[in-house]
Amino acid sequence: MLTTRLIPCLDVDGGRVVKGVKFSSLRDAGDPAERAAAYEAQGADEIVVLDVSATTEGRANATETVRRVRDVLGIPLTVGGGVRRVEDARRLLDAGADKVATNTAAVLEPALLDRLATTFGCQCTVLALDAARTANGFEVVIRSGKERTGRDAVAWAREAAERGAGEIVLTSWDRDGTRSGYDTEMLAAISEAVGVPVVASGGAAHAGHMVDAVRSGASAVLAASILHDGETTVGDLKRALSAAGISVRL
Amino acid sequence: MRVAVIDTGTANLASMLAALRRIGAETELTREPEVVRDAPLVVLPGVGAFGAGMARLNECNLTEAIAARVRGERPFLAVCLGLQMLCLESEETPGVAGIGVLATKVRRFADLHEGARVTVPQLGWNEIVPRPDATLLSHGYAYYANSYYLASIPEGWTGAETEHGVRLVAALERGPMLACQFHPELSGPFGHDLLHRWLARGAAC
Repeated sequence: MLTTRLIPCLDVDGGRVVKGVKFSSLRDAGDPAERAAAYEAQGADEIVVLDVSATTEGRANATETVRRVRDVLGIPLTVGGGVRRVEDARRLLDAGADKVATNTAAVLEPALLDRLATTFGCQCTVLALDAARTANGFEVVIRSGKERTGRDAVAWAREAAERGAGEIVLTSWDRDGTRSGYDTEMLAAISEAVGVPVVASGGAAHAGHMVDAVRSGASAVLAASILHDGETTVGDLKRALSAAGISVRL
Repeated sequence: MRVAVIDTGTANLASMLAALRRIGAETELTREPEVVRDAPLVVLPGVGAFGAGMARLNECNLTEAIAARVRGERPFLAVCLGLQMLCLESEETPGVAGIGVLATKVRRFADLHEGARVTVPQLGWNEIVPRPDATLLSHGYAYYANSYYLASIPEGWTGAETEHGVRLVAALERGPMLACQFHPELSGPFGHDLLHRWLARGAAC
């Protein structure tokens, strides 16, 4: 049986790991390759690197960062940020990514997902879906949460999976960085709607939140600040998940 | 030891190359049929679709070279799509012939198995349960990324199985040949050790 994955997420800007709250107020949290290797040693199942730099110079750094992380990392590496064309994805894959995540660009041009899936396979094509609560559901937000789209998140998840996204990393914009737990209702709604794995992101403070996410349908859980700040380790979190009856790789 | 990695034209060879370097191998990329047939150690990585992968092998005249290598039981490692392309055909691209050295067909996971939902693709770490006579493969967990699978271990091979709604082949082995549905290059210490055993055995051939 497939085990539940625990995935540390590294937001990278200018070659350094940073951590923000609600996609802003960034602070330094170390070297990406060192961080990634340390998390693998703790038992991480995969690493996500999100390039949050806004400049061309930062982008070039990101490719180099991926290369450095790949050299030391023996587990899967998903990279996102600034993927607008098939060529952007190819550049990251050549540098050592195993999967490529796209977010705003896919919302603006959904056919990008078809092209990525046709070229690299759906197992390589990840949709990063940021969503916020509305009075009657969940709405897709883009441009790092700065812009609401009016699109229904469940409908978009379904369309993206049909177009070839093989995985969805679902970030709750309301919860990201708040440590109040993942948005489990949103997770349940999206995992119910699609057959591809859904990764819970945004809001984790402890293993209990992760247990809730898995029970709501998540195939994997993402965590950033609680790991970067050294409050807990991947190993401790996975042992707690296992104790709660969730199958993990220990 | 020098390992020739078949450049299938699909992008992420970087993970395989990095993993081989970490076990102390020197790597070279190749599309030469002679190299694929005769080099001491050869890897067929695999990411992408069955039809596109076979088209690439056929363009480079590599299909027969790989078949000859497997028939000659020369040190060889195939991964994911690489394993699937060794078969007769795949539900992923009906009508396209595989390399055909494994007399079996590749199937797609159904979304529902006896009412229980499984995710497709299978993305993540799943168990490796080796047969008692397997000597390269050991028990553990490894990383999979596949929507298609082989249902059973073909005649003449041993290997390991796993379960994702259905039972499926986790890997096949025969002498110095290893063909994995999972990705040893992405499977942490388990994959590292397995690659190391394969390299050591192949180097002794």
